[in-house]
Amino acid sequence: MSVNHRKSPNLPPPASEVGIVVWIKKNLFSTYANSVMSLAAMGLILLLLPPLLDWAFFSATWSGTTRADCNEEGACWIFIANRMDQIMYGFYPAELHWRPNLTGLLLIALMIPLFIKAFKYKNWLGAFILLIYPFVAYFLIHGGSFGLEVVSTNKWGGLMLTLILSAVGIVASLPLGILLALGRRSKMPMFRSVCIVYIEFWRGIPLITVLFMASVMLPLFFPEGSNFDKLLRALIGITMFQSAYMAEVVRGGLQAIPKGQYEASEALGLNYPKSMGLIILPQALKLVIPGIVNTFIALFKDTTLVLIIGLFDLLAIINLALTDSEWLGFDDEGYVFAAFVFWVFCFAMSRYSIALEAKLHTGHKR
Amino acid sequence: MSELETAQKPSSPAVWNNPKYRALFFQALLIVGLVYFFYSVVNNTLSNMESRGISTGFGFLTEKAGFGILQSLVQFNEDSSYGRTFIVGLMNTGLVAVLGIFMATLLGFGMGVARLSNNWLVAKLATMYIEIFRNIPLLLQIFFWYFAVLAGLPSARNSMSLGLGIEFNVRGLYLPGPVAESGFSITIVAFIIGFIAMFFMRRWARNRQDETGQQFPVGWSTLGLLIGFPLVVFWASGMPMSIEYPILKGFNFAGGIAVVPELLALVLALTIYTGAFIAETVRAGILAVDHGQTEASLALGLKRGQSMKLVIIPQAMRVIIPPLTSQYLNLTKNSSLATAIGYPDLVNVFMGTTLNQTGQAIEITAMTMAVYLTASLLISSVMNWYNKTMAIVER
Repeated sequence: MSVNHRKSPNLPPPASEVGIVVWIKKNLFSTYANSVMSLAAMGLILLLLPPLLDWAFFSATWSGTTRADCNEEGACWIFIANRMDQIMYGFYPAELHWRPNLTGLLLIALMIPLFIKAFKYKNWLGAFILLIYPFVAYFLIHGGSFGLEVVSTNKWGGLMLTLILSAVGIVASLPLGILLALGRRSKMPMFRSVCIVYIEFWRGIPLITVLFMASVMLPLFFPEGSNFDKLLRALIGITMFQSAYMAEVVRGGLQAIPKGQYEASEALGLNYPKSMGLIILPQALKLVIPGIVNTFIALFKDTTLVLIIGLFDLLAIINLALTDSEWLGFDDEGYVFAAFVFWVFCFAMSRYSIALEAKLHTGHKR
Repeated sequence: MSELETAQKPSSPAVWNNPKYRALFFQALLIVGLVYFFYSVVNNTLSNMESRGISTGFGFLTEKAGFGILQSLVQFNEDSSYGRTFIVGLMNTGLVAVLGIFMATLLGFGMGVARLSNNWLVAKLATMYIEIFRNIPLLLQIFFWYFAVLAGLPSARNSMSLGLGIEFNVRGLYLPGPVAESGFSITIVAFIIGFIAMFFMRRWARNRQDETGQQFPVGWSTLGLLIGFPLVVFWASGMPMSIEYPILKGFNFAGGIAVVPELLALVLALTIYTGAFIAETVRAGILAVDHGQTEASLALGLKRGQSMKLVIIPQAMRVIIPPLTSQYLNLTKNSSLATAIGYPDLVNVFMGTTLNQTGQAIEITAMTMAVYLTASLLISSVMNWYNKTMAIVER
């Protein structure tokens, strides 16, 4: 009798378990109910997708200059192309477009090293971007010194304004939010109650009333003669509003830090600012980075509301373009394009947030 | 000896190093700062208002408004007061919020479950819906539905008939409406009786099951008491209700229930936008329940439906409710975007037209904010209470 000690080669999976037909059968037609649902879904796709693709791509007009070039059947993207300057920069003078361009390129150039693992001075660079760069950006876009011509804020608009509003909103609300979150967890009852009232107040009212209040009532609150720029008023409103949400995000991080960390830092003899700044906040903020990105996405979408107080962000510029008497009736194109731009930004950021969450999560696995 | 005594007794810290006094000092500083801040704001506001000739007080609420409102759930005409505009705006906001919450919940739960479906196609479609619509600003979606879709519908003369007497055109959606005749109140009374009876029936059924283990068909009985009983009474009392169909008169339809396109666009956009967020919370909630729970409940002999109803959903709800609450709050607050397309909600009517006519910014803004704050606190406290009843009772 002999025993075969050699391993026999793995057999291929049976034919009933592989192949596209089996996959379809398993995933789409496993039961009667499933089959009905699959057929309904296919019907829906067939009903919606071909006309949509036809409108947006195949029958669409891509080149030309006037309305006469447009194809009746599909979308007319010439309308968007004609307005591209305004969509990007609002009423910013065309010969000065290099200034916002330079500002944006500078930011991208500064951000690149942050994503390089080997780069050692990330903290310094991050501090530079958060603390110094905003002033550089302001002088570049607004002008007024170093021989740059002043471009007043009422000429800012389009995608540029949308980005400025959301970037300033998030950068300004972060420190305020951290202070509020610390205050809400303070042992001193006065600080705690003031922070709770502040946070719950701003979180309880819609942004639109905040912007409205910022544009109508803020001038009433300050001594006569003090005049605020409209954009600055909107930014103050957005920052106040956003800082309350930011505070709740940061609070989530603070609560996630085990009590032992607080006790250990006290045992080391650190005072409150040091224990927070050196022990607690670095851990807590790392935990809430995905939350901060999500807040940023929400803010990015919410900036469209400034059109109600008369600022010309991306959506307002599209709305304005739609009222042009030469290009009436291109609502579909205008809104679809704006939706696409917003979607690309938000979707990219949400993917980034998910990736970040996965990357940061490894540090806490046991 | 005396040296030892002083060494054992820790020297009390200096006053400025004592944490107790420090805390008091910082809090006193905060109070002084706050008082000064509010004092200067109030002072500035009063002097600014005086120099601009703006009057103060709530006297304006009883004055005649003198403008019309597109849609109102209560009687309103140009002779009504400014106070009445507040009520009209409040009710319109409430209408949008209730409709939106109801529909977004249905859509969100459906899509959240669909995204977890075994059916690949259905799951991918639901994912696409969620990823597309939650990443586009709500205001843009409202504009799209209002200006691009609803404004492109045929005129009232060429109205689209959707069957059952439903008409759909550029002026809005027209539905057949019920008109109650005399004697209909009996049916309403029957419904209330059925509602109360349902409570007692459910309690009795629960007690009986606790004592004897026998189950009672609670679901069917509830249906019978809430719908069957009023229907029988309605039929027995001679069906005292007629249905009024919308009819084209001149350039527009009259009769039935008219839904203005502003409301339609707003509810549609709020539903689709919030539905995408609710779908994500529902998915997270269902995924949070361990698969072992399903297996264990099936092993206990529960049917699929029972295991879903008695084991999975109660546990998933625990995870779903807190974020769901904040979605409901968001929807209510987002309904204020109505003002962008001219739907007469609280912000549009009261903070818009009424404020422009009276100029009393402080009072009107305060009243509007008070409404949203109250709604926020109310919804979140009700949800917190519900959450408490659902939460795990730990030993």
